[in-house]
Amino acid sequence: MRELRLMKGNEVIAEAAIRSGCDAYFGYPITPQSEVMETLMELRPWEATGMVVLQAESETASINMVYGGASCGKRCMTSSSSPGISLMAEGISYLAGAELPALIVNVSRGGPGLGTIQPSQADYFQATKGGGHGDYHLIVLAPAAVQEMHDFVFLGFDLAFKYRNPVMILADGVIGQMMEKVELAPQRPRWTDEEVVQLNGSWAVTGKKNRDRHIITSVELDSLKFENFNKKLVEKYAKVREQEVRYEETLCDDAEYLIVAYGTSARIGQKAMELLRTEGIKAGLFRPITLYPFPEKELAARSKQLKGILTVELSAGQMIEDVKLSVGHQLHVEHYGRMGGMIYTPNEITDAFKKMINR
Amino acid sequence: MKEELIIAGFGGQGVLSMGKILAYSGIMQDQEVSWMPSYGPEMRGGTANVTVILSDERISSPILQEFDTAIILNQQSLDKFEHSVKPGGVLLYDPNGITHTPTRKDISVYKIAATEEAAKMGNAKVFNMIVLGSYLKIKPLVKLENVVKGLQKSLPERTHKLIPMNEQAILRGMEIVEKCA
Amino acid sequence: MTVEEIIKPENLTYKKSPLLTDAPMHYCPGCSHGTVHKILAEVLEDLNAQENSIGITPVGCSVLLYNYIDIDWIEAAHGRAPAVATAAKRLYPNKHIFAYQGDGDLAAIGTGEIIHTCNRGDNVTIIFINNGIYGMTGGQMAPTTLLGMPTATTPYGRDPKLNGYPFKVSEIMAQLPGTGYVTRQAVHTPGAVRQARKALKKAFEKAYAGKGTSFIEIVATCSSGWKLSPVDSNKWMTENMFPFYPLGDLKDVE
Repeated sequence: MRELRLMKGNEVIAEAAIRSGCDAYFGYPITPQSEVMETLMELRPWEATGMVVLQAESETASINMVYGGASCGKRCMTSSSSPGISLMAEGISYLAGAELPALIVNVSRGGPGLGTIQPSQADYFQATKGGGHGDYHLIVLAPAAVQEMHDFVFLGFDLAFKYRNPVMILADGVIGQMMEKVELAPQRPRWTDEEVVQLNGSWAVTGKKNRDRHIITSVELDSLKFENFNKKLVEKYAKVREQEVRYEETLCDDAEYLIVAYGTSARIGQKAMELLRTEGIKAGLFRPITLYPFPEKELAARSKQLKGILTVELSAGQMIEDVKLSVGHQLHVEHYGRMGGMIYTPNEITDAFKKMINR
Repeated sequence: MKEELIIAGFGGQGVLSMGKILAYSGIMQDQEVSWMPSYGPEMRGGTANVTVILSDERISSPILQEFDTAIILNQQSLDKFEHSVKPGGVLLYDPNGITHTPTRKDISVYKIAATEEAAKMGNAKVFNMIVLGSYLKIKPLVKLENVVKGLQKSLPERTHKLIPMNEQAILRGMEIVEKCA
Repeated sequence: MTVEEIIKPENLTYKKSPLLTDAPMHYCPGCSHGTVHKILAEVLEDLNAQENSIGITPVGCSVLLYNYIDIDWIEAAHGRAPAVATAAKRLYPNKHIFAYQGDGDLAAIGTGEIIHTCNRGDNVTIIFINNGIYGMTGGQMAPTTLLGMPTATTPYGRDPKLNGYPFKVSEIMAQLPGTGYVTRQAVHTPGAVRQARKALKKAFEKAYAGKGTSFIEIVATCSSGWKLSPVDSNKWMTENMFPFYPLGDLKDVE
């Protein structure tokens, strides 16, 4: 029997965490995502599944707890919002450097600085181009519906362990705060300690028993060795780009123009596209679901039939760089955005779209 | 079927929970739903509004500029949202505290004296259910039995004994809603 | 009597713990780290904890500690070892989890993590090496540097008007309700080493038994940073460090 609920995006992150067999959540309250930990504390998963939920003293401590738990070979996660993610950036770099699987949820808000608690998509660069120091990438999933908030917790953990790399769910205040119908997955049991040894025992610290000792570290003072490690990461990311691209096209087959947007903007952009279609304008919607790896080949293939692209982001224009890199400079690509926590309506997008067409 | 609705009023009037109950009722009859509130400091004692969409198909934008229906529960919200109703749409308002009544002629305007009626019923908390009842009279999009199921789903178990009273308030709202000339 | 005749098990009076690896240690002559590593390996051996322990190493001179003791290790970001240890302990409540930190890692950049771990009373052991100076970065001031003590960043001696006061970490940790055992030890004489080893074992046992956080400070030497010979370092430590950082138990909750 399907288990349907009306839930907020933030609440569903908590529910999905428990159901995905997550071993530990470490976090620190910040608007607009504090409901994640509040929901977990209310659900008391430690009684049902043994999952650890701990309110840390800071985002810095949270991400380092995730680092510690991930080192143990367990499914660990945290969630925060933009300024908190900046504080975690060091720890995220260490996770990538130590090749640890972990899930990080960013329900982003407007910046820079303390910014605003209202929704924003201004953390695209931070999520996809680094954020922390060094040559690394996160796998970045961008949910556009509350159902995807649920599904991407499961997917996020699976990808994190498949590639031994941190995964980020990049959402925003709209997806976090809105309620939609969600179909909840059945409980996936947490791994037992024996299963952790069986599945992740080749690298995790589980106690040195019948094997050489394991050392989880991101330091290597021998430059040649470290360059070889960097090369290994490069190969890993190449494999991720080859295998994990996800995207969605709506009414693209006959499209002359595209709206390219992710997350909340893809939802609003879809409505704009529907409005444009009623006026006879052949608009389509291209939605990257993985922001890293970006669906560059797929967008490039689609661009051959196009006269122009409007990227729609709640930012000054960040994803547009990846769009331009994908389609090259022959095609006209234009940005439309709102910032500071302001959100465009579908009609604002259609106006911007028509201006682009007439240019 | 697709209904794009905004409910707007003061914080504390049950705007968000009314939207939630309606959305849950939609799920009970297998519809797609979305519920998008205003949030943050603007909710602290000020105005609160929520956009609710019920649809037979996948919902695109949870954020809208125009609505099929606006349910308006204070003057500020009337000033802000009267012009957001689509031509031919519905505006439903509680006259309590309204000094400038709606002026548009291209929409259907309804009045529900829910504040007054809740006081008569001796329970200010059923105010939003009276409003919900009046809305469902105008637009019978969800069946009453599914609203009751929605109430069961969205209210905590310990308050379930209050459901019959809420149901009564919904029925009362259906009775007393008036169409304005 | 030949050498072969002498080397027999029954003649063994002292041996290297099998938990110590054969990797040559990188520490300077006169440094206390090597001795603390040795007693740490011995205590883990005593507790039969090799298969059942996870250590967290810091950033600082002892960053490479994982090369020397044959157990599972996690290398933490600078100052964050207590947070890493907290998570490991919560996920493996039946293992010995400990962090090994210096005075920069624990008492400067990681102040938040150590205070909150001790205040939560996470059942982990914290080993705190206090030599009053930053060894690895080349002898700069630490929070625990004594007043008047010259370092690379206090070339005229630590001046409280300019640099504030030396930080008595163990005294603060002893105030927190989450700690079960707080002690200050040293490893400058054979007697002190024996005592420190005993205290370290007790620290592990109490944390394992769920008595809260065990916090063991080792007042230590840094001959290179102090610019003194190993022998003079011990003398200087005895005369200057011990009066300000007196040895002994600060807290021992049953």
